[in-house]
Amino acid sequence: MKEASPAKAYALHVGVIVLLFALSFVLPEYHHGLLARIMVLAVFAMGYNMLFGYVGLLSLGHAMFFSAGLYGAGLAVIHLGWSVPAAFAAGLACGALLALVIGLLALRTSGVAFMIVTMMFAQVFYLIILYLAAWTGGDQGLVVPQSARVLVLGSTSLGLTNPTVRYMSALVLFSIVLLMTLAVVRSRYGRVLVAIRENEERTKMLGYDTFSNKLAAVVVSGTICAASGAAYALLFGYVGSTFASVQYSILPLLWVLLGGAATTLGPLIGTLFMYYVVDITSGYTSAYLLIVGIALILLVLFFPKGILGTIRQRWLGWLP
Amino acid sequence: MTPLLTTKGLSRNFGGLRAVDGVDFALMPGEIRAVIGPNGAGKTTFVSLVSGRIQPSSGMIVFDGADITNLPAYARVRLGIAYTFQITSVFANLTAYDNVALPVQRTLTDGRSKGAVHASAMAALERTGLADRAHMPAGQLSYGHQRLLEVAMGLALKPRLLILDEPTQGLADSEIDNFIGLVREIAKSATVLLIEHNMPVVMQLADRITVFNAGKILAEGTPEQVRANAEVQDAYLGTTP
Ligand SMILES: Nc1ncnc2c1ncn2[C@@H]1O[C@H](COP(=O)(O)OP(=O)(O)OP(=O)(O)O)[C@@H](O)[C@H]1O
Ligand SMILES: [Mg+2]
Repeated sequence: MKEASPAKAYALHVGVIVLLFALSFVLPEYHHGLLARIMVLAVFAMGYNMLFGYVGLLSLGHAMFFSAGLYGAGLAVIHLGWSVPAAFAAGLACGALLALVIGLLALRTSGVAFMIVTMMFAQVFYLIILYLAAWTGGDQGLVVPQSARVLVLGSTSLGLTNPTVRYMSALVLFSIVLLMTLAVVRSRYGRVLVAIRENEERTKMLGYDTFSNKLAAVVVSGTICAASGAAYALLFGYVGSTFASVQYSILPLLWVLLGGAATTLGPLIGTLFMYYVVDITSGYTSAYLLIVGIALILLVLFFPKGILGTIRQRWLGWLP
Repeated sequence: MTPLLTTKGLSRNFGGLRAVDGVDFALMPGEIRAVIGPNGAGKTTFVSLVSGRIQPSSGMIVFDGADITNLPAYARVRLGIAYTFQITSVFANLTAYDNVALPVQRTLTDGRSKGAVHASAMAALERTGLADRAHMPAGQLSYGHQRLLEVAMGLALKPRLLILDEPTQGLADSEIDNFIGLVREIAKSATVLLIEHNMPVVMQLADRITVFNAGKILAEGTPEQVRANAEVQDAYLGTTP
């Protein structure tokens, strides 16, 4: 939150983007695919971090925003035959609208009540998806046909099933959201969000309408999560109700806690870390969830601020 | 001249306790008004009602001719009512600079550049003597400096009415002298409502004094009148010879 070293911060973020770009040419096929998926889900984590990290609102219902984007985009392709950009926009719109409505209702509460209310809304959303099985495919989900997952740009058409196109699309989305988060965090609006997290009462007494500011944050957060969901549907070709289940509300919380709440790069690091811990341990033992659980407990005990949060606290105070 | 602030029959109960009890109060623009009274007299509750931090049980508040009784606190701040907390309430994890930048960035109506925020924020820190501590986390400032930061945040709001709730509590004598000069300067551009236990400070600064006791206004007048008032002697001044 300091005014100092904006150049350093931007250089670091651009550096991370360049590194991810370069990795596309050297990674073996398996890791290449995994990283594309991780980048899309890191966007989900960044959206979650916006609300949890910066405003201090702990939601247990963000799976509904992710799946609003997932189903909004996926069903637009499957049932309406929309093009990829139009379907992506539909996913964003669904997420933004849902976030606005949920925000208006849930922000009447705070703390534990906010957690419970968001979780209940997400559960309702999940049940609605199952109930509307005729359109959503119920618990089986639906496959977005390969033939429809083609991005037409002028005279060239890019098949999103092509690994390189998929990786680069994920990277573009990730980069936009990352730089946007950095800009918001460093902006005056970001300063107000942190002030609300630190002391909402005091922020009101400085003349801020904290409700409106929080509502805007819920909408931004929900829309980013929906962008992740929409990209997931279009790039990986599957929409399913698991993504609306409570598991997918808790995952972004874990990713953000691991990487470091209220750090711009923490969501990527957390998502990356968790994916690889699961990936590596599941190769050795079927009890890999136990190992993941132990890893999480150790991290929370020794790095309560997450990986990047701890690094910032101990060594690099300028990290945004 | 019409008052900047008036309250009519303003009351607030906490359970059975009438913390503020039917207060009729008027404050002229440009005035420095001190509010004194024993602990628990209802001074903080009274100014909290004015600032909108708490809701009245009954009564009415008029600011600059408009009824603000039902306005939320943030809207009153935007009208120009700034409140500094009796219990220091700075953003401990943010730097002193960010603490002041928050009110500054909202009040800037023109020149919304980064430079404008920086200039006004540093100006508010300089007026309170905190400029060289701008990049310290507020929580690491000494208690006295946190009190001054509270005042700087109030100043940065460019208020028309600045409410100071026991600002000198915990300040060293040298800091108090500076503080008196600061309030005099603030009063050139704003009306000041000052709750204060330190009688020398009150006597030096106040144009008029309002004495609270048990939720009611016991007396009001110039410092000389209040000093001479026998009832006030009993209720309050007698306890601090
Ligand atoms: N939120 C609250 N709930 C219950 N009682 C309260 C509350 N706030 C204040 N009171 C009570 O109202 C009365 C007036 O309190 P208030 O803080 O306004 O007094 P004060 O004049 O500011 O005192 P001091 O000089 O100690 O700051 C006290 O008896 C106090 O205990
Ligand atoms: Mg008080």
